[in-house]
Amino acid sequence: MSNIAKGVPFWRKEQFTPFILLSPAILTLMFVVLLPLLFSLYTSFTGYRLIRPESLYDWVGFRNYERIFSNKNFWIAFGRTILFLTIALNVEFILGLGIALLINRITWGQRTLRTFMMFPMMFSPILVGYQFKFIFNDNIGILNNALQALGLSDGAIPWLVDKYLAMFSILFAEIWMSTSVFAILLLAGLFAMPRDPLEAAKVDGCNAWQVFRHITLPFIMPFAFIAMTIRSLDVARAYDIVDVMTGGGPAGRTELLWTLIARVGYDNSRMGQANAMAYVSILLSILFTYYFFTKLLAARKYMGGAE
Amino acid sequence: MNSALKKRIGNVLSWVMTFLLMLVICVPGLWVVLTAFRPNSEVLAKPAVWIPQNFNLNNFAKIFGFGAEQVAIPVPAYFTNSLIIALTSTAIALLIGMSGGYAFARYRFRFKNGLFLGLMLSRTVPGIALSLPVFMIWSRIGLIDAKLGLIIVYVALNVPFTVWLIDGFFRQIPKEMSEAAQVDGCTRWEAFWKIEFPLAKSGIASAGIFAFLTSWNEYALASQLTRSTDSKTLPVGLMDFTAQFTIDWAGMSAMAVIIIIPALVLTFLVQKHLIAGLTFGGVKG
Repeated sequence: MSNIAKGVPFWRKEQFTPFILLSPAILTLMFVVLLPLLFSLYTSFTGYRLIRPESLYDWVGFRNYERIFSNKNFWIAFGRTILFLTIALNVEFILGLGIALLINRITWGQRTLRTFMMFPMMFSPILVGYQFKFIFNDNIGILNNALQALGLSDGAIPWLVDKYLAMFSILFAEIWMSTSVFAILLLAGLFAMPRDPLEAAKVDGCNAWQVFRHITLPFIMPFAFIAMTIRSLDVARAYDIVDVMTGGGPAGRTELLWTLIARVGYDNSRMGQANAMAYVSILLSILFTYYFFTKLLAARKYMGGAE
Repeated sequence: MNSALKKRIGNVLSWVMTFLLMLVICVPGLWVVLTAFRPNSEVLAKPAVWIPQNFNLNNFAKIFGFGAEQVAIPVPAYFTNSLIIALTSTAIALLIGMSGGYAFARYRFRFKNGLFLGLMLSRTVPGIALSLPVFMIWSRIGLIDAKLGLIIVYVALNVPFTVWLIDGFFRQIPKEMSEAAQVDGCTRWEAFWKIEFPLAKSGIASAGIFAFLTSWNEYALASQLTRSTDSKTLPVGLMDFTAQFTIDWAGMSAMAVIIIIPALVLTFLVQKHLIAGLTFGGVKG
């Protein structure tokens, strides 16, 4: 074998083929993601400001990190982001599960329903934001108009101006957009479920809740974690929604980590500090993805089915 | 009798719930679509006008620059930019994804899991966090406000997902088929184009549609990397309408409809394959 391989240049050898096939992907990601991230890591240790290009070489050590970690606004935005994600993901999971179980029950028109359910998933986040900005508008929004027409409220409710209501409106938009990811994948899980264990459990006298809790739920959990992993890959698209709906206002009350980065980096042109924050947000995203991915692996092992 | 009644109530209840659900999913979008065909005077009217009285295409004519009234926002240019950027980046991402997906599906090699994880992790970087260094580098090499700059970024954004999906579709094709072709005298390259590619074609197409939609819908990066009609895309252009003190709801809704239509049509085409691809890649590892 080695005698035959001698005359062949190394790139023609069998064990190099996958690397050659993968090289365009690796090169692209290196150029567009890895390299810029290394550059921004460096920048996060400088006092770089867009308006003063020479400040790129102004090494300040950990000052940017010290500054953001001692900044109250940063911690508020950070905490709000975590809270936002926790609420959004949990509500999306529970609603998605409910919708999947509901549609699984229905036999007539199931495919049509499933197609309809996919539409929010394909909406541009910016459109979702705009759509709800329009609906929640205090003056001309359909929601306030409807509430007033029905006599449920006499004044205009400031959905996007009041600090709690604004956060609620943004959460509503986010959940509207992303619940279908859960619903669709959980429904796929329900379709894939074998019938035998269900029948067996019924014969053994389990009630509906017990069947759900001990058979259905463990079986579809991996699908839930796929959904969570997919979601955590792009949690940051909430940025688009917030940017359209409130722009982080009123008075920074709906500021999430991502909108704060944009404000510090582009509006205040403090690139160094913004990059330090960006690193925190990247770590946060990786942490979320990693967490759900390990859960997915564990659930898969529990199922014992897949390799 | 009793259980039959119970079942009946259950069925009625689930239909009512489904109806409410569809209402929540469909009404917001429908309201925007309706607004796109109505004049602003009707949108802003107090008390609210519930049933549209003036149903016409004026808003579309306005944003596309026909008719007497025109808006200052160059929607046709944005539309062309969006189309060029999304199509080009999708085509490139598909080629890269096919080659990478094939490598993951058909070969065993060192660092395989590590590479796959790295690919996925690159996708977790939030758009706005990535935009900072890309903005700094692009502005040095002159790619700011250029279509090419955005195309490159979108290719990188789409590669991890296309590799993942296409890997799954290739894996569903038994290895033996291409091996048989190779025994019969095809090279591996020929076997790929004659056997594996035709079988995975619809899956690859849906990966392409997914990539197209990601590029078509992207906002966070585009909003920072584009400046003028040379490269601004539709989602960024939509924000032009809010830059003024008064929001042109009707015009904005018309533009929203233009952004939605491709998404709806493509979703309809892709739905089956997308679900299959995601669950297969995820569960069967």
